[in-house]
Amino acid sequence: MPTKVIYNAKINQIQILDENGKLDEKLARGGLKDAQVLKLYEHMSICRHYDEVAFKLQRSGRMGTYPQNMGQEAIGAVALAAIRADWMVPCYRENAALFLHGLPMEKILLHWMGDERGNQIPEGVNITPISIPIGTHMLHAAGIAWALKLRKEDAVAFTFFGDGATSEGDFHEAMNFACTLKLPCVFICQNNQWAISVPRSKQTASETFAQKGLAYGAECLQIDGNDVFAVYKAAKDARARALKDGKPTLIEAYTYRLGDHTTADDARRYRDAKELEMWRLRDPLIRTRKYLEAKDLWSDDKQKTLEAKAKEIVTKVVKNAEGIEKPTNDDIFDHTFAELPEEIIRQRDTMHTHSLGQRPEQETLRASARGV
Amino acid sequence: MPATEEKTRTNTDADLPSREGDRVIQFREALREAMTEEMHRDKRIFLMGEEVAEYQGAYKVSQGMLDEFGPKRIIDTPISENGFAGLGIGAAMYGLRPIIEFMSWSFSLVAADQILNNAPKMLYMSGGQWGCPIVFRGNNGAGGQLGSTHSWCVEALYSNVPGLKIAIPSCPYDAKGLLKTAIRDDDPVFFLESERMLGDKAHVPEEEYLVPFGKAARLREGDACTLVSFGRPVNFCLEAADTLREEDGIEVDVLDMRTIRPLDTAAIIESLKRTNRIVVVDQSWPFASVATEVITQVCEKAFDWLDHPPIRVNADDVPTPYSKPLEQAYLPHVGKILEAVRRAVG
Ligand SMILES: Cc1ncc(C[n+]2csc(CCOP(=O)(O)OP(=O)(O)O)c2C)c(N)n1
Ligand SMILES: [Mg+2]
Repeated sequence: MPTKVIYNAKINQIQILDENGKLDEKLARGGLKDAQVLKLYEHMSICRHYDEVAFKLQRSGRMGTYPQNMGQEAIGAVALAAIRADWMVPCYRENAALFLHGLPMEKILLHWMGDERGNQIPEGVNITPISIPIGTHMLHAAGIAWALKLRKEDAVAFTFFGDGATSEGDFHEAMNFACTLKLPCVFICQNNQWAISVPRSKQTASETFAQKGLAYGAECLQIDGNDVFAVYKAAKDARARALKDGKPTLIEAYTYRLGDHTTADDARRYRDAKELEMWRLRDPLIRTRKYLEAKDLWSDDKQKTLEAKAKEIVTKVVKNAEGIEKPTNDDIFDHTFAELPEEIIRQRDTMHTHSLGQRPEQETLRASARGV
Repeated sequence: MPATEEKTRTNTDADLPSREGDRVIQFREALREAMTEEMHRDKRIFLMGEEVAEYQGAYKVSQGMLDEFGPKRIIDTPISENGFAGLGIGAAMYGLRPIIEFMSWSFSLVAADQILNNAPKMLYMSGGQWGCPIVFRGNNGAGGQLGSTHSWCVEALYSNVPGLKIAIPSCPYDAKGLLKTAIRDDDPVFFLESERMLGDKAHVPEEEYLVPFGKAARLREGDACTLVSFGRPVNFCLEAADTLREEDGIEVDVLDMRTIRPLDTAAIIESLKRTNRIVVVDQSWPFASVATEVITQVCEKAFDWLDHPPIRVNADDVPTPYSKPLEQAYLPHVGKILEAVRRAVG
């Protein structure tokens, strides 16, 4: 039998707004409107300031660890492509999308300050808690999409993850399930070129991350992840495809982590300064501003007003996060189960630990434990 | 090897229907009835796992369910335990009530992060917001000559984790009543069945009943010794109790814990105060096992009531042997239980 090609693959790359703020008019058609671009620019700037403040909070001991989102704010455009009923199933580097989808801004700070209440999401806001075990939440997105499909709801689940997360089995299992079950699920890989200190070249030998979805039967593409127009268009098309054909999409958003991995590392120790400099020029804020300026929609005055507004908003958000009533030792036991079992109630009401026992003669011990 | 024989049991569940009767069905049918009844009651429930649909279940537990409920509620999956465990968790977070079948709990090990690090912590980590009402169920335990990697008894390993519940029935009656409770529970429940028992037959009442969690069943009453067990070895304890009555002229209390988390320690202590001796029979390994936990709690709470050091009968502390005679020698069995009780009362 002669050899013949039975499978051909290609990956499209989309950029609509380039580094210099120049727009591809044709590709932009039907996409973001200027009012939306303005909104995104303001929002991204506020998120950038939020990151800077979070960093300072951590350095001054007011927060545990924080992963800066700096440089990846354009991902916020996904939220404009979504409707309220859609779900966001995040990891930790898409604050911009979450806030736009309705997450109160203090929640993320509260979470990283070490408070589970940061993951209590208001009723009607369709966002799941930040996921720390890398990649595991993509399967939850598939599960939510499964529920949406069974309930015949016209909504999709967007899930976000990094380049590193594609090396976890969960990514492959989630893609496989979403595609075989034809789920309304959109996978958004923020390829920021690094997984802590591991460069993209060590993460995979694959030429793109996007192509990893081809094997599962997903629609796959790479976009300039710092281009709000491309992010919006890709998310919007993927959403429509998911609802119309039940076909999941894998979007590789090509971007860069301008900050450290988290406040716990120093990227200068493993990254080339030149690489960073090059990427600074591709900053989504810079090009979006250039675009707006060219259209006479932005000015230095407006910028000043925005900066003051960002400061005001973030100051208030920090105040809200820090102002929450402090937890007490008794709170340790709450939410272990939907209904607290007797044994846990006993632990809570007597000794605080199990092995201290519950013998009545230990009343004194109990009193001292309460005093802790 | 024949399936475990159903032994007569006294009924200590005052408010549950009688265990006596002639509607005799298999353990696997009891499980199926529980799922089927619950699925009719609640449209949010679905069953997902490997071979559950077209093939009617690897062990025929879900026989006929695909026809009855259709492919949207009885779902065959790729071989991807971590995948469907995680998918189930997502569906549970969004209000569905998944039943996830592992062909064997041995295969749940590749889904460890989902079942141990996600499901039982979701509620806690979200400050009470995201419950995870999900049932993971499947075969647990050795005895079928499946070799070491396929013979896991996960009860010791998994019961260490807060936020989850573990039910482990020993007979068809409890299998049905406990599974119905598990499906209605708002927390993740690990439901441990045993391939060795799926063919066991016993009366299961026609009328609806739910066996509550955290309530042990006293299956025999005696004053010589307390025998505590859960899952398949409960049946060995009943056999041992019969032998002890006939050969030694003594009566033992046999407690079937039915759920490990929550654990009915009150029932154990109550019994111990009458017998002053305790033997715990547990098919998993001895180190840091459920038996260890039971005995620790007994020592903490009723040390002065003990007339003999507590005794554990566990599997031997080695990987499960493949050889049939070695596997039987390795597991708790009637001979070991008799020896333990005789030592305790001797
Ligand atoms: C299962 C798991 N393994 C390892 C880690 C530790 N870890 C946290 S973030 C990270 C890198 C993730 O990289 P990537 O997916 O590219 O996301 P990014 O941080 O770049 O946004 C690692 C290895 C973890 N949290 N979970
Ligand atoms: Mg990365």
